[in-house]
Amino acid sequence: MARQIYEAIADGILVGGVYALMAVGLTLIFGVLDIINIAQGVLVILGAYLSYSLSTKMHIDLFVGLLITIPAMFVIGTAVHWLFIRRLRDRERVSMTLLVTYAVALIIEGILYAVYGPNYVELNASYVTSSVHLLGFYLPYIYIYGFILAVVLVVALYLLLYRSRFGRSVRATMQDETAARLVGIDVNRVSAITFGIGVAVTAVGGMVYGATSGGFNPNSGYDLISRLLAIVILGGLGSIGGALAASVFMLTLESLVDIWSPNWAIVVFYAALVLVLVIRPTGFLGRKAVRAQ
Amino acid sequence: MSVNSGLAARAGGLVAAAAAAIAFPYVFTNPVVTNYGVYAMIFVAVVSAWNIFSGYSGYISLGHAVFFGSGAYAAGIACRDWHIQGEEIFAMLPLAAATGAVIAVPFGLVALRVRRHTFIVITIAFFFIFQLMAYNFSFTGGSTGVAAPFLTWPAQTYNNPFYFMALATAAATIALSWLIRRSRFGLQLRAIRDDEDRARGLGVRPMRVKLSAFVLSAAITALAGGIWFYYLTQVQPPSGFDPLFDLTVVLMAFLGGFGSVAGPVLGALVIEPGQLWLTARYTNDYLAEILLGALFLVVVLFLPRGVIPTGSELITKLRTRGRPAVIPATAIARQETDAPAGSGASSGGLK
Amino acid sequence: MTALLAATGVSKAYGGVQALAGATIEVEEGSIAGLIGPNGSGKTTLFNVITGYERADSGHVSFAGKPITNKGPDKVFGAGIGRTFQLTRIFARLTVLENMLVAAQHKRGNQRRRALELLEFVGIEGHAGLLAGSLSYGQRKLLELAYVLVADPAMILLDEPAGGVNPTLVNHIAERIREQNAQGKTFLIVEHNMEFVMGLCSIVSVLESGTCVASGPPDIIRTDKRVLDAYLGADLDEDESQDENAGASTVTTDVKDGDDDHASE
Repeated sequence: MARQIYEAIADGILVGGVYALMAVGLTLIFGVLDIINIAQGVLVILGAYLSYSLSTKMHIDLFVGLLITIPAMFVIGTAVHWLFIRRLRDRERVSMTLLVTYAVALIIEGILYAVYGPNYVELNASYVTSSVHLLGFYLPYIYIYGFILAVVLVVALYLLLYRSRFGRSVRATMQDETAARLVGIDVNRVSAITFGIGVAVTAVGGMVYGATSGGFNPNSGYDLISRLLAIVILGGLGSIGGALAASVFMLTLESLVDIWSPNWAIVVFYAALVLVLVIRPTGFLGRKAVRAQ
Repeated sequence: MSVNSGLAARAGGLVAAAAAAIAFPYVFTNPVVTNYGVYAMIFVAVVSAWNIFSGYSGYISLGHAVFFGSGAYAAGIACRDWHIQGEEIFAMLPLAAATGAVIAVPFGLVALRVRRHTFIVITIAFFFIFQLMAYNFSFTGGSTGVAAPFLTWPAQTYNNPFYFMALATAAATIALSWLIRRSRFGLQLRAIRDDEDRARGLGVRPMRVKLSAFVLSAAITALAGGIWFYYLTQVQPPSGFDPLFDLTVVLMAFLGGFGSVAGPVLGALVIEPGQLWLTARYTNDYLAEILLGALFLVVVLFLPRGVIPTGSELITKLRTRGRPAVIPATAIARQETDAPAGSGASSGGLK
Repeated sequence: MTALLAATGVSKAYGGVQALAGATIEVEEGSIAGLIGPNGSGKTTLFNVITGYERADSGHVSFAGKPITNKGPDKVFGAGIGRTFQLTRIFARLTVLENMLVAAQHKRGNQRRRALELLEFVGIEGHAGLLAGSLSYGQRKLLELAYVLVADPAMILLDEPAGGVNPTLVNHIAERIREQNAQGKTFLIVEHNMEFVMGLCSIVSVLESGTCVASGPPDIIRTDKRVLDAYLGADLDEDESQDENAGASTVTTDVKDGDDDHASE
């Protein structure tokens, strides 16, 4: 039993790292644009399918394929922003964009069904099925690689945000959009690029998810977005550190509950979501309060 | 145009519409056509009920499928476990409505404490929780769901009683919606929509008002779910708790005019038959999903106030081209159509 | 000498900023009291704390002898205090009349007649059927005044009722306030428009950096050294502060513009 628990914790941490990447994208988007991007879940699945096509049709390695899927998802993200989100400027922006991104999610899901069909597929590679024997546990290589990649990318994002001029513009816009405009920041451009980045990270998340989930189909987006929403709200909307901590925490928790009851494991996310929103609407680590309508 | 002739025209229009609705299944006797009627009326009721809460208060709920499905399951489980047959099954409809209301109380107490956009997220979470429960609890029948007892009615007119049940529900909901809008309660709801804190500062009790509307909306939606269940004779987790349900409802509400009485009705009457027709012609519902999403985007981005209000605004614009614009909202007793400078009679210098 | 409203030792901080530091103010029943002070002195914060829109860190507020400290806005409203806002807060998508009815909704019976009467009182009854969002700025100010009256509160807090409004309208508003006061209503008014305050209020309190530095009749206040210090900064010529004629009034008029013109008229 103890062994199972340790394994669950190890798994949870590793997978948590990957979810962190997707969650960071989501929270970044909210922080800068005030948008809750419900489509993030299905975009991860889209990323997974792109990796799938590259891997099965063109025999490109999963990690190498990221060099294609990351820019592709970035383009898709900026396109979605430019087409649908840019127009929403009135005071009910947050609610409206939620509905808009929900609609976009449905469209993408429908397209995925049309192109790939409803059958479950998986991403395969040598390192998916083989593991390393460490400290008495078997840790699948894919988890480790994915975790490392996640860490690298989060660090890169951090550097971008805190050490670059663009990052400064992003943080300024996060704090006060009007003030940012007044000092000459092109808020539209910043928003578009941020949205693009927030979506681009789903390419990585998608690939690792596709390799470790044990099978996915277009419908899997719902499970994902539920988890991501819970994570970012728990960690505090707009807080990157919070998203990171919450990802690892929640995934580990789910992993533990899964030992006892696989069917209900996902409930920890819903329960956490509801609890947090009732007790402490700003999340436990969020520096930024949930903005008033 | 005097107030009286306007009222007479509206009353006349209402009577004509009611007559048409009642005559519908006798004119179009083909069950294929009346089937459209049943679904359309069910959704008119559902969307009007949704509007009573979300349209008036401005809190957009994406979780009403919780009530629809719960009403369906409540009706089904009651018939199954209490061995109810024949026409007695309809006696379970009030139970369905009550189930919706009861669920809405804790749901509302939790969800209505937060800001609008967080509220939406909570309703989504509750939706998934209920769908998950439907799949995993034994008393809900798991993936198989629950089936309704068969009714031995003649096939030719089988749809008609359902149609009239749904029509009655829809009519009652519309009447209720209209009454609420004119009432003190409705005023409080709409004030909450515009500026909740300010409303509180003027003595409105937001939680009480919001929760009342929420529970009422839930009860009606659950009732509609019960009717739907008996008509379809079955319910399973993905159909009772359908992720597309709420977005469809929202689309209908927006299309017809968010927050009005007639808007949801028109939205439902336009979209529901369209949706049915599409799914009948194209057997995969992926297309329906894409179209729904696309239509939704079009409406929200380009017609945010709905087709009806935007349409009537356009007409007003065309008609008053060249004349100074005075925008009347409703016909109320003392409406002086002054020059745009406003009445300066009793005081000086009003801007 | 009965204080209808008494706020004692109220403190409130936002993060590192101490908005109120032991502010104390008392308003007599039946009076029109003024509250002035430079920008950032905490006037609106004090209003917010009194009316329950914000919580005080410490201090007490009592109304008609009963404590109302940190009660929510609906309770304060129920106790008999109405208030308006600096940036007008109206229900834009409701009609003007409906705005009035919301404020009157806790009263029994049909309030329409009363609502229309009050609209007439302030002078915008012609707009009763229009959406409040279509009103001009000045008209919104009047609407706010009207609907704060419709609930018949014993005391009314006005936050910059003359702000951004043309002079004729300002007089109109001042007249309305006097009329309501004659019927027994107590007022506490925050304003930057010195003419307005000095002409209307029987007693004026001065808030600076979160504390009340002076309180008294307008004539005394306008020449009080502490008040001048508060608005203009500490180093001020002794002679000018002793000046009791109309010249001094220019010094304290409309300091909001950063005007330090000391010349007499």
